[in-house]
Amino acid sequence: MAKSIDVSGVDIFYGSFKAVEDVSMTIEPRSVTAFIGPSGCGKSTVLRTLNRMHEVIPGARVEGKVLLDGEDIYGSQVDPVNVRRTIGMVFQKPNPFPTMSIYDNVVAGLKLAGRTRKAQTDEVVERSLRGANLWEEVKDRLAKPGSSLSGGQQQRLCIARAIAVSPQVLLMDEPCSALDPISTLAIEDLISELKERYTIVIVTHNMQQAARVSDRTGFFNLNGVGQPGRLIEMDDTQKIFSNPSNKRTEDYITGRFG
Amino acid sequence: MSEQPTLGGATTPSVDRPQASNISGASVRPGDRVFRSAALTAGAIVLVVMAAIAVFLVYRAVPALRDNTANFLTFQQWFPDNDPSTFGIGALLYFTVLTSVLAMIIALPVAVGIALFITYYAPRRASQTLGYFVDLLAAVPSIVYGLWGFAFLAPRMTGLVQFMDKYFGWIPLFDYRPTNVPNNLSPFTASVILAIMILPIISSISREVFRQVPREQVEAALALGATRWEMIRTAVLPFGRAGVTSAAILGLGRALGETLAVTLVLSTAYEVSLHITENGGVTFASNIALKYGEAGEVGTGALIASGLCLFVITLAVNFTANLVIRRQRSA
Amino acid sequence: MAVLDKSAPATPVEGLAGQKLPPWALPALVGAVVAVAALLWATTGFAGRAGFLVFAVTLYLIAQSVVSFTVEGRRQSVDRLFTTLMYVAFLLAALPLVVITWYTVKEGVGVLSSDFLFSSMFRINPEGPGGGIYHAIVGTLIQSLLATLLAAPIGILAAIYLVEYGGGRPFARAVSLFVDVMTGVPSIVAGLFIYAFWILALGFQRSGLAGSLALFILMLPIVIRSSEEMLKLVPMDLREASYALGVPKWRTILSVVLPTALAGIVTGVMLGVARIAGETAPLLLLVGTNQRIEFNPFSGTEDPTPQASLPTYIFEQFGIAVGNTEAPAFQRAWGAALVLIIIIGLLSLIARLVARLVRVRG
Ligand SMILES: Nc1ncnc2c1ncn2[C@@H]1O[C@H](COP(=O)(O)OP(=O)(O)O)[C@@H](O)[C@H]1O
Ligand SMILES: [Mg+2]
Repeated sequence: MAKSIDVSGVDIFYGSFKAVEDVSMTIEPRSVTAFIGPSGCGKSTVLRTLNRMHEVIPGARVEGKVLLDGEDIYGSQVDPVNVRRTIGMVFQKPNPFPTMSIYDNVVAGLKLAGRTRKAQTDEVVERSLRGANLWEEVKDRLAKPGSSLSGGQQQRLCIARAIAVSPQVLLMDEPCSALDPISTLAIEDLISELKERYTIVIVTHNMQQAARVSDRTGFFNLNGVGQPGRLIEMDDTQKIFSNPSNKRTEDYITGRFG
Repeated sequence: MSEQPTLGGATTPSVDRPQASNISGASVRPGDRVFRSAALTAGAIVLVVMAAIAVFLVYRAVPALRDNTANFLTFQQWFPDNDPSTFGIGALLYFTVLTSVLAMIIALPVAVGIALFITYYAPRRASQTLGYFVDLLAAVPSIVYGLWGFAFLAPRMTGLVQFMDKYFGWIPLFDYRPTNVPNNLSPFTASVILAIMILPIISSISREVFRQVPREQVEAALALGATRWEMIRTAVLPFGRAGVTSAAILGLGRALGETLAVTLVLSTAYEVSLHITENGGVTFASNIALKYGEAGEVGTGALIASGLCLFVITLAVNFTANLVIRRQRSA
Repeated sequence: MAVLDKSAPATPVEGLAGQKLPPWALPALVGAVVAVAALLWATTGFAGRAGFLVFAVTLYLIAQSVVSFTVEGRRQSVDRLFTTLMYVAFLLAALPLVVITWYTVKEGVGVLSSDFLFSSMFRINPEGPGGGIYHAIVGTLIQSLLATLLAAPIGILAAIYLVEYGGGRPFARAVSLFVDVMTGVPSIVAGLFIYAFWILALGFQRSGLAGSLALFILMLPIVIRSSEEMLKLVPMDLREASYALGVPKWRTILSVVLPTALAGIVTGVMLGVARIAGETAPLLLLVGTNQRIEFNPFSGTEDPTPQASLPTYIFEQFGIAVGNTEAPAFQRAWGAALVLIIIIGLLSLIARLVARLVRVRG
């Protein structure tokens, strides 16, 4: 099920502005990979190139190769819709569809694909909400609007929505930054459960969080304002936090800057 | 007392500092007062004018309505200056509503399509220019629409009318009964012209609504693997429903009061008929434009009475539209 | 996790590269459809040019859906169908605009001459050729100017009330709601109101001024709305900076807020003028026509005569031609329509230019 991602020599642009330069990395299946680094260094940008959400922004483009189990997701015959279906995404700010019920939010992705037999969707809704540790809290009010939930619940609803379409990879862009500590903990637990089935990439500006949930960590940085961001170092999380090989990584995680 | 400065100036009378002038003095200054009153008066003029329209129309309509011996609401003919005076808005109301609703039905899907095209399909750079381009349709004066409708469009509608008569003639609306070739000075042609005229207002309001769809919603749909159309269906259309509804109602309001385009294109007949492709028809506005010249005292009052009806209808329509959009805005 | 383990649905692992139409497929399809439609048209000659277009577009929609469905699947073909429909919708709006402009130029350019622009209809046989629209241009300009002189100051002041003083008070909310409602007052109703008020109740004669009063009613809400938008755009910091210097509120509005928003307000006013310059219905009721040049908007029916204007001139000439599109009067109507459109177009263009200049500066 879970797939690996190989990124090689990727440059990422917003119009003529080069936001990220020469990123290469390998993301292992069934593991959690964390991106850390100071804000503005291109973590979100790199994450969004992994499922072709980057090109949704007008003028944005990508150079280089991103392989999903060996298949180039930027190949000329590749449909970005299929890529996003295979690689799901959870955003920084919880974004359930406000006009839909909790139930409809979860099956929104399935409905698009046209697989909507009621018995089957009931099952998917329960499974996805259980998977997102939300089932017990909402099972009695599935018909209520998704926006009626608390922030942490909304974010878990978005996770349920993302896993309902059975993606191979799950991308999360600072999924806890808008949440309180309790909800953050709930989501971190969830991430450790989900990694048994999914390849997970998570952006976080919280280094403790990276240390807690991830197996591997990539550190991004930029040389100065207006310069493109770069991947400085990527290694096992343990190694990054105990014995990084790059001086700048060490400075960052020991809190000497950023 | 301590040396610390006190926060409450009032409890410590200041001896060394000059007494501060009235802090809330803004509203006491004469300049402020005059300017504020002027602005308030200007705002009030809007309410005064709207009230005056209602009052004066009612005041002038009542005597004529008293003289009327026919049923004002259902009578279809217009002979206010005859003795006895007989006139009614039966035909006017029917054709006004018919042409306007038809125009809205024709215009709405196209206008929403244009708005979606400009917001989500056209190249980013071109979108503003394309918006201006569509808005230009609103800049064409209605008398020019009338001329064009009469000289260009009506003669070219014959093929369509005959096609509809041939294949959809079993629906009375599209049944063309006379045996001669139609020259299409009909409610149907008027509806098409009206549809073109209300396209820009519906599409520009819809565009405004679609632009406000939150980015997160759009991205959420795309990240689920939605195609562009599926994204529009899941994120854009549900969000924009109220806005588009009120845009459609506002467009309807415009069509209801449109005068000259309709006047020039209809070959006037005061007879309610389902057959919209046949010549005939008269609306509130076109009746006023046609009859004001020959109207005597009662006739003028009768026209004002019909204008009052039009005013009330458009008022109701515009209120509805504005309430819908205000409710959406506050939600 | 137990729940997750047993739940894994057997999703078919599909490749990312779904079947996709090659880039040449759609242009080729367009070519094929046009060829088929043209062939049918040439052999059967059905339903004229418009019929040809409708047929070709429908045929293309069907062909595209079928091809896309078989190669790419249902979702892609629906997506493509709606993409094409969006383009068609835009073309449906562009078509009448282009055709109206083209037709007005074609019909109107024939009579355009300096004589037409600079002479009136005085002592011209209305059924014959000759004569011009100078008197009508003069009337339109004067009546629009008069309406603007009323609507601009009152409208801007009302907008200032709404933005600077209203502050969500019930009265301000009522004014705001009625501004929107007033935008929808039909022009003929505005004309009837001025007729009932100015002519019947106050006893004035029909005149250019009476027409301007109706135009004022139509222009006022447009000016208020656009000025309000512009005033709202002025950042709060600017006002606070001025208050902090001890400048009273009214001076702050006059010397800080208004100048900042001025160009936007001017744009709004000019677009308002463009909207009313072509208004016909109220002028028919309140002014009527005149064959002579009349600079005085106050001159009434017998004193000596009211003003002409381009819209009423067009209506008058249309009436003289009694439906005969070849009549000289009909040609004059088109000539006047062309000039009217040019005047309105220039106004809108200048208004947009003003707006653009400001955007560059701000
Ligand atoms: N939509 C955008 N348009 C233009 N530039 C952008 C956009 N989003 C991000 N950027 C720029 O790209 C760089 C990287 O941003 P981002 O990936 O959001 O950083 P991070 O997520 O690490 O904080 C920044 O310099 C930012 O200003
Ligand atoms: Mg970020």
